[in-house]
Amino acid sequence: MKRTIISLLLENESGALSRVAGLFSARGYNIESLTVAPTDDDSLSRMTIVTDGSDSIIEQITKQLNKLIEVVKLIDLTEGEHIARELMLVKVVAANNDQREEVKRLNDIFRGRIIDVTDSTYTLEMTGTSAKVEAFMDTLAKIEIVEVVRSGISGIGRGKRALKI
Amino acid sequence: MTGADILIRCLQDERIELIFGYPGGAALHIYDALYRQDKIKHILVRHEQGAAHAADGYARSTGKPGVVLVTSGPGVTNTVTGIATAYMDSIPMVIITAQVSSNLIGDDAFQEVDTVGITRPCVKHNFLVKEVGELALAMKKAFYIATSGRPGPVVVDVPKDVTNQSAAYHYPQRINMRSYQPSRKGHRKQMARGVELLLKAERPMIYTGGGAVLGEAQKPLRELVELLGFPCTSTLMGLGAIAASDRHFLGMLGMHGTYESNMAMHECDVMLVVGARFDDRVTGELEKFSPNARIVQIDIDPSSIGKNVAVEIPIVGNCNEVLAQMASMVAARCDEIQRTAVAQWWQQIERWKALKSLDYASSDEVIKPQYVVQKMMEVTAGEAFVTSDVGQHQMWAAQYYGFEQPRRWINSGGLGTMGFGLPAAIGVQLAHPQATVACITGDASIIMCIQELSTCKQYDLPLKIISLNNRYMGMVRQWQEFFYDRRYSHSYMDALPDFIALAESFGHVGMRVEQPGEVDKVLREAFAIKDRLVFVDVITDPTENVYPMIAAGKGHHEMHLNPGQGDDAERELA
Ligand SMILES: Cc1ncc(C[n+]2csc(CCOP(=O)(O)OP(=O)(O)O)c2C)c(N)n1
Repeated sequence: MKRTIISLLLENESGALSRVAGLFSARGYNIESLTVAPTDDDSLSRMTIVTDGSDSIIEQITKQLNKLIEVVKLIDLTEGEHIARELMLVKVVAANNDQREEVKRLNDIFRGRIIDVTDSTYTLEMTGTSAKVEAFMDTLAKIEIVEVVRSGISGIGRGKRALKI
Repeated sequence: MTGADILIRCLQDERIELIFGYPGGAALHIYDALYRQDKIKHILVRHEQGAAHAADGYARSTGKPGVVLVTSGPGVTNTVTGIATAYMDSIPMVIITAQVSSNLIGDDAFQEVDTVGITRPCVKHNFLVKEVGELALAMKKAFYIATSGRPGPVVVDVPKDVTNQSAAYHYPQRINMRSYQPSRKGHRKQMARGVELLLKAERPMIYTGGGAVLGEAQKPLRELVELLGFPCTSTLMGLGAIAASDRHFLGMLGMHGTYESNMAMHECDVMLVVGARFDDRVTGELEKFSPNARIVQIDIDPSSIGKNVAVEIPIVGNCNEVLAQMASMVAARCDEIQRTAVAQWWQQIERWKALKSLDYASSDEVIKPQYVVQKMMEVTAGEAFVTSDVGQHQMWAAQYYGFEQPRRWINSGGLGTMGFGLPAAIGVQLAHPQATVACITGDASIIMCIQELSTCKQYDLPLKIISLNNRYMGMVRQWQEFFYDRRYSHSYMDALPDFIALAESFGHVGMRVEQPGEVDKVLREAFAIKDRLVFVDVITDPTENVYPMIAAGKGHHEMHLNPGQGDDAERELA
């Protein structure tokens, strides 16, 4: 089993997303996360899919994705140097001074940002690799998390490596 | 022009002559546009499933796209089985589905279903046309996608208001889609590597599938086989690409393939795969499949390569073009073929052949279904188009009717859809008005789309329906006999109709044959009637099973042969 990040460009058309999602469920492939949004070229969407499987399954996934009519281009980011980042918003209980101090301290260590404050909660924003985001979440758990929102991974190749048409 | 007129014009510009359909509320503007023109002939079926299968039969027998027109909601859901059938066998079709008006979409309106959603997993692509200005382009794309690359059905869903709005008509001559560019030509280096391997082969085997038929590969395929002198086999879907009578042809492979084909697949050292996809009905248990073979696979669809079985040399491209190039490479190096080793290999194959795995115990008392198919082949000089349904009769048709040409054997292989045979035959007969078209069916399957007998009457289609009536869902009964201790749960066909009276009530000719001695005579009579549909109800041996057979979990070398035939110990479980 190999964790794989697939980046793809697809026609920015209604229904394209459900075709990709449908492919994964119909063929029983795993999706760990899937993100999609338009790009600088508004006829195209860029999607990052995190999945896992044996080499032959990953090969099938890329072939099947390529076969979808709306998929313009695709790369397996994990085949080369790449950067993968994820955004997490997390709301924690911060009702008294001790809790506020502790949250702020942890937040500084992980270089997060406090983006909303009420008399009972802090909301933090943090960006990083999945490992860092998860470590941050684990650390905060002992304080008391109210809710967590993760964006799923966005990935890009390093240096000259680019997914463009 | 209104959207409805545009739609019909697009079909005309695609040179579509025939479409198959059934009207309804959301499709009324389109049906009105059809009425006001006379270039396209519309065939009115009796059930939308029939429309899809008929268009499918038309496509399979001609290579041209089949076109279907149905209304929204139940019209669409009735069509889905036919769409999925075409999808599984990669048949080019364009299905125009009417939809409720745009402003009603999503409101659970009368006769609304999410057509794009329902059909998504069983189409090559689908479109919802939201504006009349996009209609012609969507149609162009639909035909382009359906017929290029690995073919398949494409659905175009058109809301009723769109068919009533007006736009200028412009049908693009050519189209280029950045996201869809199927490759045709094989990679030169890969082809050269493939040829290299073929020249080294000592125990070679050529395995062809439906792709060889769809890709029109028969000519270069036959050339290559002749040059190499290698044995070949075919899947159920590929029959006819190599002539059944070709001395290199070992018969079908797989679950009900011949002993020699399956043994040769198991023992070969080099396998050339042409337009086939290692379906589970072909490979048997994957772990045991062809343990020593080095595999060269040609397919137009990269995702078919290496899906179930590891392939050493993948070649992505159209089988026709790739095989033509490989044949010319081989032609220049014929002296390098391992003739001595291959001759020894043929000797081994002859020993397997000597088991005569398709022999069956003949009878003077009950009609053996295999005999009926053999007789039918004789009576039609092997030249008929033969459609079938699904079950034992389908396997016997494939085993005992020798197909000399591609596109003559029309059956639902991938989905295995009972009810396919009769409507498919309608499409075939309409495409080939002068040809003999026969449907080999079973007493259970034929009832699934029996309503189409009425369509046959309306359009005077002189089909010959040969029903191998064993009073059972024979294939189900066979599995229950083998694997469920003869507990025949719901596989007996109680309360069958009087098929002669049934055929006659639709205005056709009905015949029945119950004695083996009469089979020849009745078949000759039936096929001699050129201007009417004849339904021949053949009362066959209800206990007959399809052999050879590879049971679930077994390998190609572990076949059951017909126990009624000889007592050679090797035959029992060879
Ligand atoms: C629509 C559909 N339903 C169920 C099946 C499962 N099935 C496969 S073969 C078969 C029996 C077919 O019986 P019949 O048409 O009489 O043919 P026979 O096997 O007796 O030749 C059935 C029920 C199927 N293939 N298609």
